[in-house]
Amino acid sequence: MVTTTDTTGARTTASSPSDNSAPEQANRPPLKRTLLRGSPLAPAVILLLAFMAGPIIYSVYLAFTNRALRGEGSSSTALVGFDNFVAAFAAPEFWNSVVLTLVFTVVSAIIGQNILGMILALLMRRASKVVNAITGAIVIGAWILPEVVAGYLWYTFLGEGGSMNGILGFFGLPPQDLLFSLPIIAVSFANIWRGTAFTMLIYTAAMSQIPPEVEESAEMDGAGRLRRFFSITVPLIRRSIMTNLMLITLQTLSVFGLIYVMTAGGPGTASQTLPLYMYEQAFSYGQLGYGTAVALLLLLIGAIASLAYLRMLPKEDKS
Amino acid sequence: MTGSHSPNAPSRRTIIKAIGGAAFTVPLLAAAGCGSGVPEQNTLRISYQQWGSGEVLVNYLTDVIKKYTANHPDISVELVPLVASENDYFTKNELMMSSSRTAPDLVYEDTFILKSDIAAGYLRPIDKYIDGWPQWEHFYDVAKNAVQGEDGRTYAVPTPTDTRALWYNQELLKKAGIETPWKPRSWDDLLETFRTIKKELPEVIPFNIYSGKPQGEKASMQGMEMLLYGTESTLYDEEKKKWVVGSAGFTQSLEFIRTVFSEKLGPTLGKALDPNITETIYNTWLPQGQLAVLLDGNWISSNWGEGLPGEWPEWTETMQLAEMPTRDGQDPGFVTMSGGWSWGMPKKASKPDLAWPFLREMMSTDNVTAWTISDSKLTNRKDVAARKEYQGYSPTADFFSRLVPGATYRPALAPYPEISSAIQSAMESVMIGAAEPAAAAAVYDSAVAGIVGAENTMKEA
Repeated sequence: MVTTTDTTGARTTASSPSDNSAPEQANRPPLKRTLLRGSPLAPAVILLLAFMAGPIIYSVYLAFTNRALRGEGSSSTALVGFDNFVAAFAAPEFWNSVVLTLVFTVVSAIIGQNILGMILALLMRRASKVVNAITGAIVIGAWILPEVVAGYLWYTFLGEGGSMNGILGFFGLPPQDLLFSLPIIAVSFANIWRGTAFTMLIYTAAMSQIPPEVEESAEMDGAGRLRRFFSITVPLIRRSIMTNLMLITLQTLSVFGLIYVMTAGGPGTASQTLPLYMYEQAFSYGQLGYGTAVALLLLLIGAIASLAYLRMLPKEDKS
Repeated sequence: MTGSHSPNAPSRRTIIKAIGGAAFTVPLLAAAGCGSGVPEQNTLRISYQQWGSGEVLVNYLTDVIKKYTANHPDISVELVPLVASENDYFTKNELMMSSSRTAPDLVYEDTFILKSDIAAGYLRPIDKYIDGWPQWEHFYDVAKNAVQGEDGRTYAVPTPTDTRALWYNQELLKKAGIETPWKPRSWDDLLETFRTIKKELPEVIPFNIYSGKPQGEKASMQGMEMLLYGTESTLYDEEKKKWVVGSAGFTQSLEFIRTVFSEKLGPTLGKALDPNITETIYNTWLPQGQLAVLLDGNWISSNWGEGLPGEWPEWTETMQLAEMPTRDGQDPGFVTMSGGWSWGMPKKASKPDLAWPFLREMMSTDNVTAWTISDSKLTNRKDVAARKEYQGYSPTADFFSRLVPGATYRPALAPYPEISSAIQSAMESVMIGAAEPAAAAAVYDSAVAGIVGAENTMKEA
C-alpha cells in the first residue's frame, strides 16, 4: 500500500491511511478535520469540476470519436479509437505545424523573451529609479495590451505601407515584407515584444533576493562582471529561471490570437502553428473530433516540455 | 500512531460523498430545468449573416416582420444576426443547428453548403409545405435543383441569385489606348490588356481576381472556378459521380493566376491576401480610379448607393461590363458562376408550422421583388422577372440576367467546402511563388483524395 505524500493536505488515495512513521506524516492532521476545514471550499471545487474538469474529460472523449459538423460523423457520432491520432501523424500539415510550433516557441520564448528579459532585468538593477519606472511602464504596457491589439499593431507596423517600411525608406533601405517572406519570424518578434515583460518581472524579483554581500565579496575576490553573473547570479536564481522557462513555454505553445490577427496562419501554411491548425480543422472544416485530438497532442508536447525542465533542475531543488 | 483514524471513518466518508454528490448534481439539475432555452411558443427566431456594413438583408427582414406582425399580433419575430466572416458563419450556423436549444426556426444557407448540411441531418425537408404553395411553380429548375437533397426531397427555398463577369473602368482603358467597348475573347486577350494598362498607367492596378485563403469561398468561386470552367476540365464529373484529379485545366488556371501575380498585373501580395480587400476595392479603388478591371459579381454596384461609404453616383458612366472569356475563346465563349442562398428550416427547431407561413410571406412576389432590387440581385423566378419594376431596375441587371441560363453551379456536395479550401491553398502557394502550378495541382490532387477517398476520384481522360 503506497500512500501519497502530498503536502497539500488533500485526501490520499490510500484506502486506509496506513501506520506510517514517516516524519512528514507525523504532524498531519487527521482526515476528518481536514475534510471539515475544507468544506467551505466545496462549492468552488464543485464549480471547478463542472466547468474545468467536465469539458476536459469531454474533450478527451471527443478526441476518440469522429464527431464533425459536416460530412461523415455529423449525422451520427461513433467511437473510432485512435483513428484521429493516426490521421494526424500521417498528415504532412500536422508535422508542418509541429515544426512551426517548436520554431515559434524556441525563437520567441526560450531565446527571445528569456534573454531579452534577463538583459532588461540586469540593466534595471543598475539604472536610476526614474529610468526604471519609465522602462518598466513601457515594457509592461506591451504585455498588458490585449493580444488582438498587439497583433494588429504589429500587422500595421510590418505591413506593406506600414511604419517599418517608412523607417527603412527614410534611410534609403529597400522595403521588407516579413509577413510574407518570413511569417513565422515576424510573429515570433511580435510575441517577444509582447512577452518580455513577464520574464523581466520574474528575473527582477529573483535578483532582488540576492544578498548584496555575496556580490560584494565576489567582487573583492576579483571576479569580473561576467564571472559574477555566471557563478553567482545564475546559480542563485536557477529556480526562477526554470519556473520562468516552463511558464513562457506553456504560454507560447498555445498562442493563437496574435498569430491569427497577424497572418491567420498564412501565407499558405507558413505560420500555421498547432493552435491555428487545430482551429482550422475544428472550426473551418468542422472536424471537431480530429481538432480535439490535435489539441491533446499539443497538451502532450507541453507536458513533455515541463517534464524536461523538471529533470534539468538539480536534485536538491526537487523537494 | 495506530487508531489515528476512527473505525467509522468510511461511513463518514460515504456520507460526505453523498452530500458532495447531491450538492454537485442539484444545481446542475436546477440549471437544466429552469435554464433550458425553451423559447416562447409564439416567438420565431431567424438567423442570418451580418458582416461588414451591409444592411440590405436586415432592412428587408425588418420590413417583412413589420408587415407580418401587423396581421399576426400574437406572433413576435426575433432576429439573430451571426456576425462572422464567410467560413465562420457556416460553422456558427451548424453549431446552432446541432442543438434544439439554440436552433433558429429559419436559417439563411448558402447553397454550396446546403447539401453538406442536409447530409449531416441539420435540415428538415419542406415538401409538404411547398406542395400547396402557388409561388413554387415560378422558380427556375436550376434553382429548384440547388435546394434538393440527395434523396430528391426539397430542403430550402431559394432566394435571388447572382452571376459574375468582368467590371472595367472604361475611362482608364481609353486612357491606356484600349478600344472600348472592351470584348476580350480569350485569356491571352485579358493578359495583353492588363500588360498594356500596366505599361501605360503604372499607377493603376490593372486587374483584381480574388485569390488565396484569406478570401475564402470568394477565391474558389469567383477566382479559380471562373477560370477552370473556361477550360476543358471540370471539378466534379456529374455522370461518373467522381471528383476530377490530374486535371489539365486546373494547372492552366493556376498558371493564369501565377502570371497575374508574378508580372504584377494584380494588387501587391500584401493587399491581395488582406481579408478586407473587398471593402477597399468597392469603397476606394474603384471610385478613385485605382483599379482598371475586376472579376466580380453583379451585386457590387449596391456599394455605391447614396449615403454609403463608397457613394459614387457616377459609376454608371464609368463602369462597363464584359463577359469572362473561356481560355481560348471556345464555345460557349463566356463563363459565369452562379450561386445563391436559400432559407431552410432546421430539423431541431420546434415550430416549423409557425415558421412556414412567415417564410411564405418573406418569399411573396412583392417582397422578393423589392429585396432583389434593393440588394442588386438577379431573380430566379418567373413571377419576379415579369414585374415591371424589376425589368431594367439597374443599368447592369439586363447584362447579368442574360448570363443566368448559361451559368455554371458549384458541385454542391458535402465535401465541397473542404475541397474549396484545398483550391484556395493551391492558389495561394502559386500566388506567393511557393510552388509551381503543376506542383500545387499535385498537392491539390492528394488533398482531394484525402478528403473524399481515392475511390471517389478519377484521373482526367
